[in-house]
Amino acid sequence: MGSIAGALLDLKRLDQLAAGDSAVHRLDARAKVLATLVFIVSVISFGRYELSGLIPFFIFPAVLIAIGQLPAGYLAAKIILVCPFAVAVGIFNPFFDRGVLVHLGPLGISGGWISCVSIVVRTVLTVGAALILAAVTGFPAICRALERLGMPNVFVMQLLFLYRYLFVLTEEGGRASRARELRSFGRRGLNLSSYASLLGHLLLRTWQRAERIHMSMLARGYDGVMPVGHTSRFGVAEMLFLLIWSSLCILLRLNNGAQFIGTLVTGILS
Amino acid sequence: MSHHIIEVDRLRHVYPDGTEALRDISFSITHGESVAVIGANGAGKSTLLLHLNGHLSPSSGEIRIGHVPIDKATLPKVRRTVGMVFQDPDDQLFMPTVYEDVAFGPLNLGMSGEELERCVSGALQRVEAEHLARKAPYRLSTGEKKRVAIATVLSMTPDILVLDEPTNGLDPHARRQLITLLKEFHHSKIVTSHDLDMVLEVCERTIILNGGVVRADGPTVDIFRDDALLRECRLEKPLSMQGCPVCGGKGK
Ligand SMILES: Nc1ncnc2c1ncn2[C@@H]1O[C@H](COP(=O)(O)OP(=O)(O)O)[C@@H](O)[C@H]1O
Ligand SMILES: [Mg+2]
Repeated sequence: MGSIAGALLDLKRLDQLAAGDSAVHRLDARAKVLATLVFIVSVISFGRYELSGLIPFFIFPAVLIAIGQLPAGYLAAKIILVCPFAVAVGIFNPFFDRGVLVHLGPLGISGGWISCVSIVVRTVLTVGAALILAAVTGFPAICRALERLGMPNVFVMQLLFLYRYLFVLTEEGGRASRARELRSFGRRGLNLSSYASLLGHLLLRTWQRAERIHMSMLARGYDGVMPVGHTSRFGVAEMLFLLIWSSLCILLRLNNGAQFIGTLVTGILS
Repeated sequence: MSHHIIEVDRLRHVYPDGTEALRDISFSITHGESVAVIGANGAGKSTLLLHLNGHLSPSSGEIRIGHVPIDKATLPKVRRTVGMVFQDPDDQLFMPTVYEDVAFGPLNLGMSGEELERCVSGALQRVEAEHLARKAPYRLSTGEKKRVAIATVLSMTPDILVLDEPTNGLDPHARRQLITLLKEFHHSKIVTSHDLDMVLEVCERTIILNGGVVRADGPTVDIFRDDALLRECRLEKPLSMQGCPVCGGKGK
């Protein structure tokens, strides 16, 4: 339970970051959500052996971290947490895909290794983008943006409630689990049945809580449709942000950015 | 203003599992009265409150708010008239920020713009929580949660305020703050509590529930003087009315 509580603490940290006040923080959430989508689609649509083309995409997180004044070390730590999953996905490629693709002097690098590294780099980019989005926007605002972009109200509510009660639920779970541990006197062993009943208990409590929340919603005039509060505007700044961001993404996607910059530099130098 | 009147008439409630939580409850509360409903655990206090704005419907008997019986047709109006503050503020604060939570009710009532803004900040002001408006509910202390939960109800300008164990789990300072707050409301109020000292301060009238029936109903001070009655209903005199254990002085 400790690790989950730790992870949640970090969620709260993301939330705190989202309360910041920088130029990117102030943008309408829809612009940021759309731009992030464009970014993610561009990154994952590259061919499986692409590596050099991905590198220029690191400009985006770097710029956003700088403007948004986000703690780069903290975000990097979060991203490293998910890297093992990406490695697990890609690690078998080198064994199945042995055709040599690149020669570095005497060293031949197989396609498998390249695709493995490519998977890891893409994961870092996409997870990084999602984290940065959360850190400059905040989860509730992202949900609201999704709603205004056409996501059904019901899903938005679900997401919001999930977010709100994650904290309450893990606290309850943490307490129950602690109580169980205290009374099991260090015997870890195969205590599956007690875990099962703990889980059942949590489920039941969640159900009861859902009922009580619904009750308090009804008490305040809820009639099945979530009311929409004050709304921010999609103005010129948002338009510019989205336009610049997505055209850069698409440009880098269609032309290999590394090569492009390379020729540019050599062109200037010669 | 007649819709401040609550009449409970021979109310009986049986839960689906067969528990007869309320057997035969009758009382009426008039405009501006502040009434405590007390009783041991499981006496039926929460069950009774849930009837007052139609979350539970009587197995038999009737409840009238401003002489109008609660039924499907009158329910929306009843819920606007009777503002309910639930026992666990986490159940009541379900929106991402305090502001949105307090705005939830008024938005459902169709408010918007300037009017909404005024209504929300007014409600927050009354519970001294304006500075919390942008905070997420899970970041609040229990006392702050309680006050904000009350604001979410106040923003709907109810005529009757119903609170289930409002001082439960509060530290002395937060409790004192809440008591001051409750005393300032000139609504009709119904409060359940095990905190009889609070009851003594806030409510001039007390109803004791015991085993699903009204065991006593009268001025708070008289009821708390009746030792036999309190003992029978598994209650204890408020500390402020007991003799001082140190100096041996007599209570009120
Ligand atoms: N949902 C329910 N289903 C069945 N029985 C219930 C339910 N809620 C409460 N009860 C029972 O009804 C009685 C009164 O409960 P409640 O109104 O919560 O008491 P109080 O709030 O005074 O402590 C108790 O015996 C309790 O066990
Ligand atoms: Mg109760």
